[in-house]
Amino acid sequence: MRNLIFFLYKYYTFILFFFLEVMSLVILYRYNNYQRASFLNYTGGVASKFYESVNSASNYLSLRRINDSLMYENARLRAQQLNAYYQNGFTLSSIVDTVYKQQYQYISANIVNNSINKRNNYITIDKGRLHGIETDMGVIGSNGVVGIVTSVSDHYATIRSALNSNTKISAMVKKNGAFGSLEWDGDNPRISSLLHVNKHVPVEIGDEIVTNNYSTLFPVGIPIGTIKEKSLEAEDNFYTLDVELFTDFNTLKTVYVIRNILKDEQKTLENNLKGDH
Amino acid sequence: MIIDLLTYFLRLLLLLLIQLLVVNNIELNTYINPYIYPLFILTLPVNTKPWQVVCISFAVGMTMDIFSSTPGLHMAATTFMGYVRIYFLRFAATKEDFESRISPTLSKKGPAWFLFYTFVLLFFHHLLLFYFEVYGFSEFFRTFFRVILSTIFSVMLIGLGQILFYRVANKSNG
Repeated sequence: MRNLIFFLYKYYTFILFFFLEVMSLVILYRYNNYQRASFLNYTGGVASKFYESVNSASNYLSLRRINDSLMYENARLRAQQLNAYYQNGFTLSSIVDTVYKQQYQYISANIVNNSINKRNNYITIDKGRLHGIETDMGVIGSNGVVGIVTSVSDHYATIRSALNSNTKISAMVKKNGAFGSLEWDGDNPRISSLLHVNKHVPVEIGDEIVTNNYSTLFPVGIPIGTIKEKSLEAEDNFYTLDVELFTDFNTLKTVYVIRNILKDEQKTLENNLKGDH
Repeated sequence: MIIDLLTYFLRLLLLLLIQLLVVNNIELNTYINPYIYPLFILTLPVNTKPWQVVCISFAVGMTMDIFSSTPGLHMAATTFMGYVRIYFLRFAATKEDFESRISPTLSKKGPAWFLFYTFVLLFFHHLLLFYFEVYGFSEFFRTFFRVILSTIFSVMLIGLGQILFYRVANKSNG
């Protein structure tokens, strides 16, 4: 017993260090493996409030750029409106409104904190649970895909941006539907990679990459980027495509969180299948 | 004593604000992510008790984690750096340093000693930080490159800050 006390006394710094270090590692391990689901709940959004007040000042400096990107988006959306199309034939009738059922809703939000240069980048936005945001919702910007919601508090949410080693977004080549997985290698915040595209599918540099509907996060056809380079490893059956992203994360200020109304239905159905084999 | 504590607290606050609002927004490329907040732990007085250094490091790391939503990451790196500091000073600081209770800064210990001290400790800090951030060794060399470049850049920023800050301080003293 005396020896034990002597030991504790002699090495108390090391024991303290060891205890604190192990505690840090446990926290690190937990949140890396459970998708850091509730970190925002523990910290209570203190950090988010801090960044929001800083941001409300700095946003004035980039109002012109924000306006430009919103106007560009308006123009794009106007071009997609029904009255922008010439009606070719008479197939459209007034009965169709029972055919279409709304599947996606969009919640607009402002970015209060963002980084682009870390290996794992996160974005904080100023909308949270009270505005209808839940974890695992897709997030897009004016120009294209931004990321996935990972953590929600009452008034804030954090998004795992596309510039993160843990973010994998299901995507396809727009012209022929060849699908792959969009992952970021950590080199350049303007370039991401589309992996696992079958090599017998014809793809060319400049082809557009859009989201597909394999995941429940994004509607089909949300723009992601264009192919900048394609490479094929020897004896490999898959292309690795370098994709130049449409979203400039450096200047991103506003985003839309996508709420998929039919998501639960699809998930339940897919979970039923799991016990089937 | 209270004045001392207040000074340290204000210095920590200032460093954290500079880190979060200025340095985090230096966006050169993905290989250069400087961190200057460990300077607070580097410049604690030489005779600070080891357990205090470890606890302070842990607390500073936790604050960084809360503000960068990276649970455990800065905690682990900074606590480790605080522990390494104890051993570094045991070998590299002289007896007079301990007796006169100085803070190991550039003006007190000279540029060569201080830059070496900063480089070694920040290297350990960045090493843990970047490998834990990637969470694995799958990108070993790329991460190592990131560690080296970021450490050099952090040391440069800290050295520059020390020169600017302490020149002003010396002038006002003499």
